[in-house]
Amino acid sequence: MKESIPLTWRKIPDRYRLLGSVCKNCNGYYFPARHICPKCRRKGKVDGYQFSGRGRVFSFTEIHAPPAGFEDQIPYVMAIVELAEGARCTAEIVDVLSKDVRIGDEVEMVFRKIQSHDPEGLIHYGFKFKKVKK
Amino acid sequence: MTKFGEHWERGFRDLVTEAGVKALEDAGMSGAEISAGYVGTMAAGSLIGQEHTGALIADYMGLNPIPITRVEGACASGSLALRQGIMAVASGMHDVVVVGGVEKMTDLDTAEVSEILGGAGDQEWELFLGATFPALYAMMARRYMHDYGATEEMLASVAVKNHKHGSMNPLAQFQNEITIQEVLDSKMVSDPLKILDCSPLTDGAAAVVLAPLDIAKKYTDTPIEIVASAQASDTITLHNRDSITGVKAARIAAQAAYKQAGVSPSQIKVAEVHDCFTIAELMAIEDLGFFPKGKGGEASLNGETQIGAKIPINTSGGLKAAGHPVGATGIKQAVEIAWQLQGEAGKRQVSGADIGLSHNVGGSGATAVVHIYKRVN
Repeated sequence: MKESIPLTWRKIPDRYRLLGSVCKNCNGYYFPARHICPKCRRKGKVDGYQFSGRGRVFSFTEIHAPPAGFEDQIPYVMAIVELAEGARCTAEIVDVLSKDVRIGDEVEMVFRKIQSHDPEGLIHYGFKFKKVKK
Repeated sequence: MTKFGEHWERGFRDLVTEAGVKALEDAGMSGAEISAGYVGTMAAGSLIGQEHTGALIADYMGLNPIPITRVEGACASGSLALRQGIMAVASGMHDVVVVGGVEKMTDLDTAEVSEILGGAGDQEWELFLGATFPALYAMMARRYMHDYGATEEMLASVAVKNHKHGSMNPLAQFQNEITIQEVLDSKMVSDPLKILDCSPLTDGAAAVVLAPLDIAKKYTDTPIEIVASAQASDTITLHNRDSITGVKAARIAAQAAYKQAGVSPSQIKVAEVHDCFTIAELMAIEDLGFFPKGKGGEASLNGETQIGAKIPINTSGGLKAAGHPVGATGIKQAVEIAWQLQGEAGKRQVSGADIGLSHNVGGSGATAVVHIYKRVN
């Protein structure tokens, strides 16, 4: 879906730096950021948290039927990444195909272009992941 | 209900009117008895540019001035509408209520519709980043296969069985049988899910009439009693769930429904479950307690979910073969179960069906609704 400039602007810290939340009451980590800890509710003490960007592949798929804005990229790998702190996020794994990925593979965050809808419009950037070379 | 399929010649209001009139005719009512209505539609605003669909339906059904309220819960919108109707009748606020579900999906091209359906997930944190709705279920499938050793053949067996059931349903979108090999050879959408693992885009509508049992008995000799209605929620993003190899909200709703109805999974004779993708049916039959965790794939491949076997699942053809006009699906499930319990399901009739269940999921599992139905003797 085409995204508005203010929406993209609001999301810059979260999308550029993988900024989420931590609840200092239960030590639960959340991505994306939340205002209320779903476990502690009003007893929670939620603060911003800068994730390390390290994690492991929890599950993945190779997309062949792309959404608008991703037509030039197919096939590409999307994954659920379990971050080192325990929270998970959904992101692309770059520079690989499905055959190169296994559940449990170590990955790290990289900063990449996500999509752009028209050549003269906004370019959306954000986090993706790549496999950590052993 | 209407036939499910591609209705190029008919629009949203034509479909919903046909389903509503058929439900009233079947109930032997003129329409004057109705005092409220609820309608489930996921995305009329995006798919046909029409909001305010409650009022539109009241108008075109000739039901003005009674109140009609639209409810939305993505792919579970129909069951949410049913639940609102049940609560309206059960509370005593209304006596006779009509409940409908509808979606007109073929007025846009497939890519646009796919993007709109993606809105059932998290737009900002799944879809925007490149995930698609099939990709979310594909990641569930991948993890399920990894954790339980399930195979692509097991997934495919769900589509094969649902097409077989659909071939006996004259209202199904697809009435052709397919083979496991055809599913495996079909075009890749989001691996391991191929196009024949996915439910189609469909136009259609369905409706039912609800009333207290004493009133219902004045109109029909075969009323169906709804003995449980339960709904549960979970995180909107798939990645935030504790587990992605099942739908926790469905397990919670199922447990609540079994408790309300005072029945156990083994007493259910027929069930309509939410098979938007083949993996979803395997998870559903486990979440509902029909098979142990991780055993759904083997059970499906062994034919245990066919008509005549242990527990007939999706006799209508399910979302895969009967079609998935999103908002209509939950109501179609109720209609199919009602027909099964009334003995009106024709060639796909399950013999001895006295208790049935419907299971409807919104998004990748953020909403789940379970209803249980009983034949009244």
